[in-house]
Amino acid sequence: MDALFSQLFAGLSLGSVLLLAALGLALTFGQMGVINMAHGEFMMAGAYTAFVLQALIGDAGVSLLVALPLGFLVGGLLGLLLEVTLISRMYRRPLDTLLVTFGVALVLQQLARDVFGAPNVDVRAPAWLQGAVPVLGMNLPRTRLFILALAVTCVVVLALVLKLTPLGRRIRATVQNRDLAEASGVSTRATDRLTFFVGSGVAGVAGVALTLLGSIGPTLGTSYVVDAFLVVVVGGIGQLKGAVVAAFSLGLLQATFEYSTTASLAKVLLFVVIVAFLQVRPQGLVSVRTRSLA
Amino acid sequence: MLQLRDVHVGYGRTAVVHGVDLEVPTGSVVAVMGHNGAGKTTLLRAAVGLLPVRAGTVLLDGHDVTRWRPHRRVRAGLAYVPQGQQSFGQLTARENLQLVADVQGAAGARRVDDALDLFPALRGLLGRRAGLLSGGQRQQLAIARALVTGPRLIVLDEPTEGIQPSVVAEIEDAIVQLAATGGLSVLLVEQHVGFALAASSRYSVLESGRVTATGAGGAEREADVRAAMAL
Repeated sequence: MDALFSQLFAGLSLGSVLLLAALGLALTFGQMGVINMAHGEFMMAGAYTAFVLQALIGDAGVSLLVALPLGFLVGGLLGLLLEVTLISRMYRRPLDTLLVTFGVALVLQQLARDVFGAPNVDVRAPAWLQGAVPVLGMNLPRTRLFILALAVTCVVVLALVLKLTPLGRRIRATVQNRDLAEASGVSTRATDRLTFFVGSGVAGVAGVALTLLGSIGPTLGTSYVVDAFLVVVVGGIGQLKGAVVAAFSLGLLQATFEYSTTASLAKVLLFVVIVAFLQVRPQGLVSVRTRSLA
Repeated sequence: MLQLRDVHVGYGRTAVVHGVDLEVPTGSVVAVMGHNGAGKTTLLRAAVGLLPVRAGTVLLDGHDVTRWRPHRRVRAGLAYVPQGQQSFGQLTARENLQLVADVQGAAGARRVDDALDLFPALRGLLGRRAGLLSGGQRQQLAIARALVTGPRLIVLDEPTEGIQPSVVAEIEDAIVQLAATGGLSVLLVEQHVGFALAASSRYSVLESGRVTATGAGGAEREADVRAAMAL
């Protein structure tokens, strides 16, 4: 029973990290169809934002709480810059976008190396996140619980923004039918920029959260970006709830495989399951039902 | 209100519209008719800015809007209802209207109400996803959405195509009513020649991307137009 509960928590925890990494991508890739290979580097930028803030402020708790919105801003502004300067010229050219953003990712990694050095650095967790909370005889690390809560908060906020705000309506309308949105008086260029800002900003928040799990380095994003794409593809393109279900499902699966085998073999098994799943259901977990495609 | 002067439009290397002149005076209804592939939809898409004009000029209230993006033309009073009952299928009917009302401020809510008065059947469907509405309901929603932009000219591309006859009559009535009482100018592409002529004050026949006949509207002109279109 303990082992089961422990694996369940490990899966949820891994799922929440995957979800944070994939949530921004669910907007920029899932909604807009942009294959942005530099998404991981926006996470890295968020992580270094937390590092710099801690060096400046000193207090780990205050710096973390400031780093969350600031990481959003840093990630968002980097995304906005990328969208305005490069991606906006390449809509409907996915392969060019992939190559260019991969190049941008390498440039950002090198920039991080030049500024912060190649070795990984540590960001201290605040005192209130150190240690563990005993639940049903298990010790659940506070940092993991915090990341789980942060992921859920991000999903809820993003879902509410998409569902209830004018910006959300504009984003959903633009991704569904760009021409019709323009012809309805919506500036789709402005909407693209805002969508990219928000999606990249969430990546920045994810980066801040990752500083709680271990040391960070210039290649931090590389290790997450493939998993993030997997979550969005398995969840179903354009579906936020698909990303949520996929992130936690993949997290639970990976934790289970890791428990029974090794970390490397677990990854292999996970890929096998995903390939098999996409053969059966290429549209992903959640697909859209309408009477017309319009 | 709207003037197209020597407008040329095409896709890639293919030229589709060749030097079309067309004018929609304020308060008038102008019908454009022609066979499938004559370039009607291409012409309308260029007029609203969804296709670039290769040569020629589009004037709105005397201003050259040829290089304006579509949303800017919409805000200047030019609304567009595209072919095929297009709506944002994953948004509810209410959200389809609210999306447009968002940028209108207080006037937006009033216009949503006015548009729903024109199509009262939509009131009971506001919470339903537009993709789950019938073709006729979606077309009513599309026209309502265009009206919420507060247009002075509405461009309608085959508004009754593929819709059940009972709803066709409602849509035709709404168009006539809008033009008569709303002071709205209308540019109408319509396969249904009888209705298009009855509703319009002028007509143009388009063939292979060129205007081949033009004249005053009115139901009595149907025989002339059918002859011009070789129907």
